[in-house]
Amino acid sequence: MPVGAQTTLTVTPTACKIATEASLLAVRASLRAAATELGFGIVGQTKLITAASELARNVLRYAGRGVMTIERVQHGGRVGLRARFEDEGPGIADLELAMQDGYSTYNSMGVGLSGARRLVDDFRIESELGAGTVVEITMWAR
Amino acid sequence: MTVAESVPIVQLGSSLLVSLQGDLDDNAVLRLEAEITGAVARTRATGVVIEVGGLSVVDSFIARIIARIAGMIRLLGAEAVVVGIQPAVAITLIELGVGMQHVHTALNAAEGMALLQRPRD
Repeated sequence: MPVGAQTTLTVTPTACKIATEASLLAVRASLRAAATELGFGIVGQTKLITAASELARNVLRYAGRGVMTIERVQHGGRVGLRARFEDEGPGIADLELAMQDGYSTYNSMGVGLSGARRLVDDFRIESELGAGTVVEITMWAR
Repeated sequence: MTVAESVPIVQLGSSLLVSLQGDLDDNAVLRLEAEITGAVARTRATGVVIEVGGLSVVDSFIARIIARIAGMIRLLGAEAVVVGIQPAVAITLIELGVGMQHVHTALNAAEGMALLQRPRD
């Protein structure tokens, strides 16, 4: 997925494997550490970590495994965090349908994708059947 | 933060106070169901205050488990009140689309206890 033209990355990305239920703890902990370092407010930080938790859970459920990469981003005077979730799972046949509220093929409340999108400043998703899914969320600290 | 090995459950009169703390993974959350419902049956508690102020992140899965635990407690004939939801968690849950409308809530443990001691309708 292309990084916005005027957005620059300021540090080397941190990668976090998603392979077991315990990975969710690692995902939340590494994002919390990065958000605290950037001076995120408590609400922004909570929203970002919760969105990431939903997306990491999706990776586990549908693909079994994947990777989350955290990057620090900068645009104008703002700094923020971008978390990218990549898997090589079955992919999503109908993205528009999958983004609808209440949609879920799994036994959950179906807030996963649409809920996560509402929590963050920017949300991008790409998916190819049989190849996998990439979701990128961005949250600005200030 | 560490995963709670077991859930602190305190008996206060005819009620139980359960504190959920740390960063819960899915298995820990599922273990809670068995421990809390077991304690309600064993102590014949008439009410349970579930304190979640120690949870800095509640995603849809954990929210659903909390609502399930409240439902299970009700099936055992006791009342459940969820207390201490952090303001940032409340904001996040509503935007996420998880309102927990069917769960009784109170600001803190003392108010939750008071709610449980009110005569039932």
